[in-house]
Amino acid sequence: MVLVLALGDLHIPHRAADLPPKFKSMLVPGKIQHIICTGNLCIKEVQDYLKTLCPDLHITRGEYDEETRYPETKTLTIGQFKLGLCHGHQVIPWGDLDSLAMLQRQLDVDILVTGHTHQFTAYKHEGGVVINPGSATGAYSSITYDVNPSFVLMDIDGLRVVVYVYELIDGEVKVDKIDFKKTTATTHSAH
Amino acid sequence: MLNGTEDEEKWLAEGIAGIQHYAFFMHRALDSNNLREALKYSAQMLSELRTSKLPPHKYYELYMRAFDELKRLELFFKDESKHGVSLVDLYELVQHAGNILPRLYLLCTVGSIYIKSKEAPAKEVLKDLVEMCRGVQHPIRGLFLRSYLAQISRDKLPDIGSEYEGDADTVIDAVEFVLQNFNEMNKLWVRMQHQGPGGVKEKREKERSELQDLVGKNLHVLSQIEGVDLEMYKETVLPRVLEQVVNCKDDLAQYYLMDCIIQVFPDEYHLQTLKTLLSACPQLQPTVDVKTVLSQLMDRLSNYAASSADVLPEFLQVEAFSKLSNAIGKVIEAQVDMPAVGAITLYVSLLTFTLRVHPDRLDYVDLVLGACVKKLSNIPKLEDRRAMKQVVALLSAPLEKYNDIVTALTLSNYPRVMDHLDIGTNKVMAMVIIQSIMKNYSCISTADKVEVLFELIKGLIKDIDDADVDELDEEDFKEEQNSVARLIHTLYNDEPEEMLKIICIVRKHTMAGGPKRLPFTVSSLVFSALRLVRQLQGLEGDIVGEDVHVTPKKIFQLLTQMIDSLSAVPSPELALRLYLQCAEAANGCDLEHVAYEYFTQAFVLYEEEIADSKAQVTAIHLIIGTLQRMNVFGVENRDTLTHKATGYSARLLKKVDQCRAVYACSHLFWVDDQDGIKDGERVLLCLKRALRIANAAQQMANVARGSGGPVTLFVEILNKYLYFFEKGNGQITSSAIEGLIELINTETHCDSTSPDSISDAFLASTLRYIQFQKQKGSVAGEKFESIKLFSI
Repeated sequence: MVLVLALGDLHIPHRAADLPPKFKSMLVPGKIQHIICTGNLCIKEVQDYLKTLCPDLHITRGEYDEETRYPETKTLTIGQFKLGLCHGHQVIPWGDLDSLAMLQRQLDVDILVTGHTHQFTAYKHEGGVVINPGSATGAYSSITYDVNPSFVLMDIDGLRVVVYVYELIDGEVKVDKIDFKKTTATTHSAH
Repeated sequence: MLNGTEDEEKWLAEGIAGIQHYAFFMHRALDSNNLREALKYSAQMLSELRTSKLPPHKYYELYMRAFDELKRLELFFKDESKHGVSLVDLYELVQHAGNILPRLYLLCTVGSIYIKSKEAPAKEVLKDLVEMCRGVQHPIRGLFLRSYLAQISRDKLPDIGSEYEGDADTVIDAVEFVLQNFNEMNKLWVRMQHQGPGGVKEKREKERSELQDLVGKNLHVLSQIEGVDLEMYKETVLPRVLEQVVNCKDDLAQYYLMDCIIQVFPDEYHLQTLKTLLSACPQLQPTVDVKTVLSQLMDRLSNYAASSADVLPEFLQVEAFSKLSNAIGKVIEAQVDMPAVGAITLYVSLLTFTLRVHPDRLDYVDLVLGACVKKLSNIPKLEDRRAMKQVVALLSAPLEKYNDIVTALTLSNYPRVMDHLDIGTNKVMAMVIIQSIMKNYSCISTADKVEVLFELIKGLIKDIDDADVDELDEEDFKEEQNSVARLIHTLYNDEPEEMLKIICIVRKHTMAGGPKRLPFTVSSLVFSALRLVRQLQGLEGDIVGEDVHVTPKKIFQLLTQMIDSLSAVPSPELALRLYLQCAEAANGCDLEHVAYEYFTQAFVLYEEEIADSKAQVTAIHLIIGTLQRMNVFGVENRDTLTHKATGYSARLLKKVDQCRAVYACSHLFWVDDQDGIKDGERVLLCLKRALRIANAAQQMANVARGSGGPVTLFVEILNKYLYFFEKGNGQITSSAIEGLIELINTETHCDSTSPDSISDAFLASTLRYIQFQKQKGSVAGEKFESIKLFSI
C-alpha cells in the first residue's frame, strides 16, 4: 500500500491565506510516501511545508509559481503505475478531457494528474485515468465558480488504485472514493 | 584582599579549634555529671563566638559548631537526675557566666527546656529571653544569638492548639515574641551598614545580604503560626512589620523585607490588605526598587487569579485593579528618573494581572495602555532595546488572551502605543499581529477595523522616514510582504458595499508601498476584487428596485487602476495574467467592451514588455486559453483578437513552440457548446499551418544537425486531427488522417531520423485510440471505421 497525495492550485498568498484548518490537521508528516503537486503553490513557504509532510515531493510549474524552474511536465513510476504530472494551463482548451487524453498518450502514463481548473474530476477513458485534485485552498478560479477546497489521496496497491477525494463542503470534510484497475502490468505490449 | 581572606581562614580555624578544645572538656564534665565543670567549659567554648574578626559566612561555620555542642548540653540540662539542679535554679545559675554572650546562649538553652517542662509559662520565659538578648548589640553576634533563640523557641510557641497554650498564654503572646525578635534583628542588621571602618560599600552589602535570611526567617515563622488568621494579620502582624520596614529607612532591608512579605504570606491575605501594603510603597526610600516589588506582587496575584475562578469575585470586592493602578501611577510619578524599561515592565505586569482577573473589562485594559502611552509621550525617543521588547510584550498580551484581533482593535490606546515604536519594532509587532490573525483564522469584516489594522501595520506597508528598506534582508522582506498578501484574504464581508469599502481602504494604504511591495499586494487585492465581481454576478438578477452603488463596472475600473500600477515596478508578466483574469470576469458579466479592453492591454504588454522567449510561450498560451473561453465577443472583435493570437503564435522564436501554439489556436475556431463557433475550415487551416511549421522544423533539423528532429510534433498534430474529426469537423477527412499517419511512419523510418521510443509509444497509443473508437459502435464507431489502419 503506497499513499500518494495529489494536490495543487493553492495560490498562496495571491488568492488564499492558508490551507483550511481541517485539511491542515489531516495532513501530518510520515503518513504519505509521495506528494505530487500540480503547481501554483505559489511561494517557497508552501513548498517547504509540503516537504515537511513528505520528502519525496514532485512539483510541476503553474503560471503563477514564484519558482520558474519547476518542469512543465513530470513522469514517475510508483509500483505498477506510471504517473504523469502537469499543471494544465498548457493544454488548451482548459479542462477538456480529450485534449488531456492526448497529453496522457504523449507522456505514456496510466494516471495523468493535472490542475488549473480548480475543479475535482476523475475520468477513466480507454487510455487511462485523468485526475484533477482541484484547489487545496478553494482558491478563486476564472474557470470554476464555487470552488470547494479539495485534494486527492491515491492508494496504489498492485494493479489497483483507490482514489480518495477529500472535499470541504460547508465546513465539513466529505470523502469519496473511486476504484481503478489496470489490466496489464506496466510494460506495454503493442497491439 | 587575599591576605584578608587568608587571615580569616586562620581565625576561623583557630575558633573551631578553640570550640573543639573546650568541647572536649565539656564532654568529660557531662560524662561525669559535673554541672559546675560543664558550665565552666561551655562558657569558655561559647566565648569563641565573641570574635569580631570573622565575616558572616565564616562566623556561621563557627556558630554551627557551637550549636551542635549546645544540643549535647541541652540533653544534659534536661535530665535533672544527672545534675541534681532544678530548672528554676539552673535558669538562675547560668546567669553567672562571666561574659554576656556565653551567658545568653546558655540562658536561651535552659529557657528552652524550662518552657518544655511547663514549670514556667511560655510567655514569661520568652519575654524574658527576647529582652535579655538586648544585651548584645554587635550586629553579627546579636543576629546569630537571636537566630538561636528563634530556632529553639520555634516549637514552643503558645500557638492555637499547641501544648503551650493556656489562659494567660495565647497566640498573641507568640506573635509578640516573634515580632519583637524580628524588630531587634532588623535593627541590628541595618546597623551593620553604618558601623565599622569606611570600607567598601559593596563588601558591606554583600555581607549584609548573606545575613538576610536570618531576619526573614521571623516572617516565615509568623506565617506558620496557626493562630495568625486574616484578622490578626491585618490588625497586628502586617502593620507592625511594615512599621519596622518603613522606619528603618534602609533600602537593602526594605527591598528584601517587602519581597519577603509578598512571598511568605498567602495571596488571599495580600488581596485583603492591599491598601495597607500599597500605602507603604511611597514611604520607602527612593532608592528602593519599588517597581520590582510591585511587579512581584502583581505576578503573584495574577497567578492566584489564574489558579481558580472562585477567587475572582474577591478581586472585584477589594477593587484590586484600581488600587494597583493608582499605586503604580504614584510610583512612576514620584520616580521621575525611572528608566523607560522599568515603567513599561510595571505596565506589562499590570496588564497581565488585568487580563487574568478582569478579561471582560476592556476599559481596564485600555486604561493600562493609556497610562503607558502617557509615560511614553514623556520620552522624546524610545531607543532602549529592552524597553522596546517590553512594549512588544505589552501589545502581544491582549492578542494572546483574546485570540481575536478584532477585540484588540477596539482598544483605543492600542494604536497610540504602537505609534511610539521605532520602525523596526513596529514591523516586529505588525508581524506578531498578522501571525495572530493567521493562527486564529480570524476574519476582519468592517471597513473601520480594516482602517485601524492597516494603520497599525503601516511599517510593513510603506517606507516611513526613508528608513532602511535596503538594509532589510531580501528573504525577510519577502516573508513580510507575503504575510501582508495573505492578510488581505482575511478581510471579508459578504455585504458588497462594505466589501468594496474594505478593498478601497486596503488599496489606499498599499498604493503608497512603492514598486518593491506592489507585486505582492496588488495580486491579492485583485483577486479579492474579482471575488466580489463573482459575488455580484450571482446577485445580479436578485437586486430589486434599490439603487445599487456597487456594480461590476465600477470594480473593473478599480481593477484596471490597480493592475496599471504594476507598470511602475515593472511587472509585465504578472500584469498580463491579471488582465486576462479580468477579461474572463468581464466575459462572465457580459461586458464586451471591458473584456476587449483587457485583451488589448494584455496584447500590448506581450508586444512591448515580454521579451523572454520562454515567458512568451506561456503568455501566448494563456492568451489563447482565455480567448478560447470568451463568448461575449461579437464577430469583429473576436476576429481581430484571434488573428493577433495566431499571428504571434507563428512568430514565436522556436519552431517547436510555434507549431504547438498554432495548433492550440485551432481551438479558437471551435467551441464545443451549443452556441459556440464551429468553423471547420479555419480549424483545418490552423492545423495545416502547424503541419507546415513542423515540416520546416524537420528540414531545419536535418540541415543543422544532420538528422531529423523527433516526430512527436507530427503525432501531436495527428491527435488534433483526430480530436476535430471526432467532434464532427467535416473538413477533416479520413484520408487526411491516413496521409498524416503515413507521413509519420515515413519520417520515423527515414534513415536520418534517430530512433525515439517516446514518439513511437505516443504513435502507438494514438493508433490504439483509433482502434478503440472503431470498436465503440454507433456514430463514432462508424466515423472511425473509415480510417484505414495498416499494420505497422
